[in-house]
Amino acid sequence: MISNLILPLIVLFVVIYAMFKKVAIYDAFIDGAKESFPMILKLFPCLLAMILAVNIFLKSNVIIDLFKFISFIPNEIIPMIIMRPISGTSSLAILTNIYELMGPDSMVGTLASYIQGSTDTTFYIITLYFGSIGIKKIRYALWVGLLADLLAITISLIFINIVF
Amino acid sequence: MNKIWGFFIVIGILFCLLNNNVEVINQEILNSTKTAFDMAVKIFPVMALWLGIAKIAEESGLLKKLSLKISGILKYIFPEIPKGHESFSYISSNIIANMFGLGNAATPFGLKAMQSLQQLNLKKDTASRSMITFLVLNTSGVTIIPTTIISLRMMYGSLNPTSVVLPCIIITFSSTILGLVIDKIFARFS
Repeated sequence: MISNLILPLIVLFVVIYAMFKKVAIYDAFIDGAKESFPMILKLFPCLLAMILAVNIFLKSNVIIDLFKFISFIPNEIIPMIIMRPISGTSSLAILTNIYELMGPDSMVGTLASYIQGSTDTTFYIITLYFGSIGIKKIRYALWVGLLADLLAITISLIFINIVF
Repeated sequence: MNKIWGFFIVIGILFCLLNNNVEVINQEILNSTKTAFDMAVKIFPVMALWLGIAKIAEESGLLKKLSLKISGILKYIFPEIPKGHESFSYISSNIIANMFGLGNAATPFGLKAMQSLQQLNLKKDTASRSMITFLVLNTSGVTIIPTTIISLRMMYGSLNPTSVVLPCIIITFSSTILGLVIDKIFARFS
């Protein structure tokens, strides 16, 4: 498993390199880890606000009722498309569910893999990154982020039609 | 941000009231505090760990070396950042971690990158151009090895778990480039 090797190799490489450069590695590590405290304190209120709003919106099922009418996209994939920019864990949950129901090699399974692999959780990243430094006016950030996601999904849909 | 937040909450609650789903929404309001706390608890130690490792890499000069490698490209993507500014090294570390599908490792670098971009920012409560550009790089996800997807596909018995890797790379790169173009257009007209 290559993916299992990446993490330990990075840590090993960083530590050995620093030892060669005669850095006080233990002290440096402690210094760096300390910085996480102020970060998480700033972060928590933003996370709470986002999770509250997103979960209320999701559990109201408004999404499913609204998007019933779009037919050129497989039905199973619609919740994923909507969830992908909002929540990483729920889109991963939807992906797992699709694998279980239709298999990872099916058309829908492959399409879901493409979408998961080529996009990221825009809302989460915006909340996290801007929240951590106290930015309130995000200007056009959300629209550009969502457009980039939409582009990735559109290209995925085109790709799947070529492959299958 | 204020409008979107309000939109989600108002639409969500109204829709539930119309559908007689008050039970669900009650649960959700109470649960979200717990979910948020769990998430913070989950992120916190990983962040501490990676910030520690990052500090070692920083003090040994490794970050600077890595960032020199890709700062040639970054220079064109972030024209507003002065040459040799420390944010380049955080941005490049974030991109490198993202490429290997290490989302957890990428986040602390991303947060540090935002911090150093904030130093260059003139209006402290407003997002700068470079910040939004950096965000586009992150949200369009420049993944080369989608580790999570591969392992999930294995778990569910895919005949060829890595078959999606190449399409993912093609899709992610084309959407990233298009996203950057859109970003530049928005930046010009705002």
